[in-house]
Amino acid sequence: MAQHHDHGHGHDHDHHEEHEQLKVLGFWIFVVTDCVLFGTLFATYAVMMNSFAGGPTGQELFQLPGVIASTFILLTSSFTSGLAVLAMNKGNVKQLIAWLAVTGLLGLSFVVLEVTEFMHLMSEGATMATSGYWSAFYTLVGTHGLHVTLGLFWMTALIMQLKRRGISAVTRRKITNFSLYWHFLDVVWIFLFTVVYLMGVM
Amino acid sequence: MSGGKMLRHIQFWILAVLGTVLLTGCGSEYLVLNPKGPVAETQYNLIIISTILVAVIIVPVLALTAFIVYRYRDTPGNKASYKPEWAHSTTLEVIWWIIPIIIVALLGYFTVRDIYVLKENPNKEVAPMTIQVTALDWKWMFTYPEQNIATVNHLEIPAGVPIRFQVSADAPMNSFWVPELGGQIYAMAGMATELYLQADEPGTFAGFSSNFSGEGFAKMQFDVVAKPKDEFDNWVKEVKGTTPAMTKADYEELRKPGVTDKVTYSAFPEGMFEEIVAKYGHGHDMDYVMEKPPAPAGDKSSNETSKNTQQQTESHNMPGMNHSSMNH
Amino acid sequence: MWENIKDFASTFFVTGDPLIYGADVSIVLSMVAIVFVLTKYKKWGWLWREWLTTVDHKRIGIMYLIASLLMLFRGGVDALLMRLQLAFPNVEFLNSDHYNAIFTTHGTIMILFMAMPMMFALFNMVVPLQLGARDVAYPFLNALSFWLFMLGAMLFNISFVIGGSPDAGWLSYPPLSQNEFSPGPGQNFYIWGIQISGIGSLATGINFIVTILKMRAPGMKLYKMPLFSWSVLSSCIMIIFAFPILTVTLALLFLDRFAGAHFFTMDGGGNPMMYLNLIWMWGHPEVYIVVVPAFGIFSEIVATFARKTIFGYKSMVWAMMVIAIASFFTWAHHFFTMGTSASVIAFFAISTMIIGIPTGVKVFNWLFTMYRGRISFQQPMLWTIAFIPCFVIGGATGVMLAVAPADYQYHNSYFLVAHFHQVLIGGVVFGYLAGIYYWWPKLFGFKLDEKLGKWGFWFWNIGFYVCFMPQYALGFMGMTRRYYTYGWDRGWADMNLVSTVGAFMMGIGFIFQVWQIAYSIKHGERDTTGDPWNGRTLEWSIPSPAPFYNFAVVPEVKEADDWWATKQAKANGTYKEQPAKLEPIHMPKNSGIPFIMANFWFLVGFGFTFGWVWMAVIGFIGVFACMWARSFQYDTDYYVPVEEVRRTEASLGRVV
Repeated sequence: MAQHHDHGHGHDHDHHEEHEQLKVLGFWIFVVTDCVLFGTLFATYAVMMNSFAGGPTGQELFQLPGVIASTFILLTSSFTSGLAVLAMNKGNVKQLIAWLAVTGLLGLSFVVLEVTEFMHLMSEGATMATSGYWSAFYTLVGTHGLHVTLGLFWMTALIMQLKRRGISAVTRRKITNFSLYWHFLDVVWIFLFTVVYLMGVM
Repeated sequence: MSGGKMLRHIQFWILAVLGTVLLTGCGSEYLVLNPKGPVAETQYNLIIISTILVAVIIVPVLALTAFIVYRYRDTPGNKASYKPEWAHSTTLEVIWWIIPIIIVALLGYFTVRDIYVLKENPNKEVAPMTIQVTALDWKWMFTYPEQNIATVNHLEIPAGVPIRFQVSADAPMNSFWVPELGGQIYAMAGMATELYLQADEPGTFAGFSSNFSGEGFAKMQFDVVAKPKDEFDNWVKEVKGTTPAMTKADYEELRKPGVTDKVTYSAFPEGMFEEIVAKYGHGHDMDYVMEKPPAPAGDKSSNETSKNTQQQTESHNMPGMNHSSMNH
Repeated sequence: MWENIKDFASTFFVTGDPLIYGADVSIVLSMVAIVFVLTKYKKWGWLWREWLTTVDHKRIGIMYLIASLLMLFRGGVDALLMRLQLAFPNVEFLNSDHYNAIFTTHGTIMILFMAMPMMFALFNMVVPLQLGARDVAYPFLNALSFWLFMLGAMLFNISFVIGGSPDAGWLSYPPLSQNEFSPGPGQNFYIWGIQISGIGSLATGINFIVTILKMRAPGMKLYKMPLFSWSVLSSCIMIIFAFPILTVTLALLFLDRFAGAHFFTMDGGGNPMMYLNLIWMWGHPEVYIVVVPAFGIFSEIVATFARKTIFGYKSMVWAMMVIAIASFFTWAHHFFTMGTSASVIAFFAISTMIIGIPTGVKVFNWLFTMYRGRISFQQPMLWTIAFIPCFVIGGATGVMLAVAPADYQYHNSYFLVAHFHQVLIGGVVFGYLAGIYYWWPKLFGFKLDEKLGKWGFWFWNIGFYVCFMPQYALGFMGMTRRYYTYGWDRGWADMNLVSTVGAFMMGIGFIFQVWQIAYSIKHGERDTTGDPWNGRTLEWSIPSPAPFYNFAVVPEVKEADDWWATKQAKANGTYKEQPAKLEPIHMPKNSGIPFIMANFWFLVGFGFTFGWVWMAVIGFIGVFACMWARSFQYDTDYYVPVEEVRRTEASLGRVV
């Protein structure tokens, strides 16, 4: 199969638009699979909810103020990623990059807060190996944190691409997918906050 | 009411016909088809009923397949009609959506009925005797709380008496199965499942481990010997008089992975089975089980045990995990 | 130093078994031979350009096919070793540990590394052609899926000579699969081999859903789509809901083993039964994932070889969709004997029986497609006709197993073993083989030899019944699955011997098929028409083998079975020739990233398997770097100029 590099056909643009739409649909389906993944982790957590095996409980160790702070940070970042999309729709690259950067910084502080929280919990003697409950806790919360971290890298790559290429069909699709991903993580966090932290201390 | 009677009537005839065929056709090595107690009997009947119900569908289908494939084969001069566009018939399709639905409804009725039946003591006239079963690597330990004796890899029971087995494990999951007396139940660490079996007549029945548990799994077979009540009582007396008592140390030795011969003990540490179950129970109610003085024998105390096992398993909320085990 | 190396080697490599030394030697020899041939004939560049970096769905399909046939061989040898061990009582051919490892790898390989890739082979070989598309929605992702599968399968398979095979059963139930009872790398190989290929399967599921929903030729409404593509859609919907559960389950098991977590441990508040629930929430849909595409294949073949429109098309579609949904509500029937409450058992018993209804409807529809048709008995149709009785009986025993109280007697016995082999071989394997025979000419341009194929067919079929019917009887005799040996006193000897004979007959059938392929490459009947079976759907309208861009001109679809309708119209003289207008074709560029990235995943898996975190970290960094690099690639496609299309078509005997 020989490969040819002769661009410049008239329908180049149409094909791209169509192609990019296709990728948005695929990303939606990916988000569905990610929902199932988190759903399974939530189910696991629910089963392990009382399996403390004589170890500490969440009620004893959770420090809600920090968690509430990170909740607000993540909610705000979801809002700013929305603003980024608005900027993109207006065709303003600079604003788009700026809002993405703000979103990224917020996301980063969320991750930092989470790591701090984990370190605190571990110092209090609640590790992955302490009991079924803590295994489920770290896995569920940690998987979300990992998603956010990956999102940060993705965003960095997108900012670099935007700087180089501006807003095109391809970068537009990438930003759309990214913002979908980011909102999704926000929704997951709201469930997580309710089920793990609020119900945990009640 | 009359519907139920009708079904029973049909059931009787089907059983009569098929029972004869199967019984004459199958030797005694077909353990599942030679039930020796009420539980296995119920299951045997269901096997027959379900076989007939599915046969009602598959025999005509197989015949139809042979007929169609033969009649519509592509040979020169085949006179059968050929209608390449004929691809839809609401009547036909409704028929074959409905036939399986009817069969499933019938089968579902018998199934659900017997699911509930088998949860109960199969012989209401006789009070059940309890035997505790523990699956170990790779042997079966049986403790008799009412007689306070224990055996390994063999089981003696009185004939005609329903036995309430409480089944647990101190090793990877296994399954406790005596086909001639009835179907199996899982033996799982941290919980006790319940299974009623009864041997109608004296005899020796093969017992199997049936859920893979590692290297020595194939060696975990045992015999169940059913004896008349008085002979069973004599055996208990004999065991009491002639064999050593099991100590905690003996148990720890038994627990180690390996294959063992038959062993008999004149006694076992009080409450050992409850401890085994509680050992892997969930943290929050573990101390409760440990503090409780273990039950000697009788109904009242086993009711108490039942309560705390139930508590242990309350947190499970996936199907298959909410065992209402150990209660009546 | 030397001592250290010796020490390491003795734990790293599996030692002490002549069978395995034999395997070592043959592996090394075949590797040397491959390297030698590639170097001698200067084929390394060809291998890289045409295969390792390809994103062409047809080539990916061919690679899946080759891999799955190799895995069928490996899983089949496992099966024969087991049957040899069980042929007589008290045989000492395999010891317990070795036997346990063999049945574990047999099950895992047959489902995950044989059935799945063979299914993906058919997806790839057929779906875009049936839809009138030029490729799948995401060709790059498709290549990645393949290489993830391939490297996952390799990781699983090397456990056999390095580190030791898993031996806790094909679903690795804890607590047995925990460190305490299964120390060593075997279980880790299992976890990572499946995990890596599972990610690929999930991606394939997404890929084909989008392909089917978005890339159909203009005019092909969903209700005009061929049934095989419908079955793929049904299967992929199940994949996207089931596979994430598998990913999580394996990850949790790994955390238990690696990080001391307590999900499925006996102590520390763990709950092994949660694993059973989770693994079967994936595992039950999984068996429908593999069997529904087989239903699709049968639908295509029955219509073609009975020369009649498929009967009850809409019923067929709805039956598949009902199956897809219902398959998620039956998982607990795999452990009725868990002693759970009567109402839970009743629910799952009924839901399991209900799934039999749409399946039964499909059988009736196939039968009535043949009714008033004209049936010719070429190879694809032979397998289809053989499938019907086999699957009907297997389905019937399945309904019997759904009768929960009776299941207490069948569970984990050879009755169960016979049942699932009957539906998996009679349904899935027969179906895929039928599909391979059917679409083979489209991919390779020649038919597979009929005579050798019929020998293979009859050996497979008779062998199947000889092998598995006695196993139903053994189940009634109380023979439990996974016993590595048994005594004379049980009366199990006769039936076991018969069963072993049957297994070897199937083995002979497989040899005939390999011979058939080898023979047909040289002597097979060439397909010059592109439509060797008088087919009905779009893939038969293009030349065989299909050119890399599939369709020179994207077809306009007007009917279900559009190609059949076109041929009818041509015969009646009512066909209006549309002037074909060639346009440059937009195609994806090849990429080496999928192959490289999958190799980094392999490092991740291998590192974690042996607890070498540094290696896993390198692997993760590599995976990440590949994703990063791909994100920055914008020049990922190109246009095939009209002139080249014209030239290619002319070389295939078509004038456009």
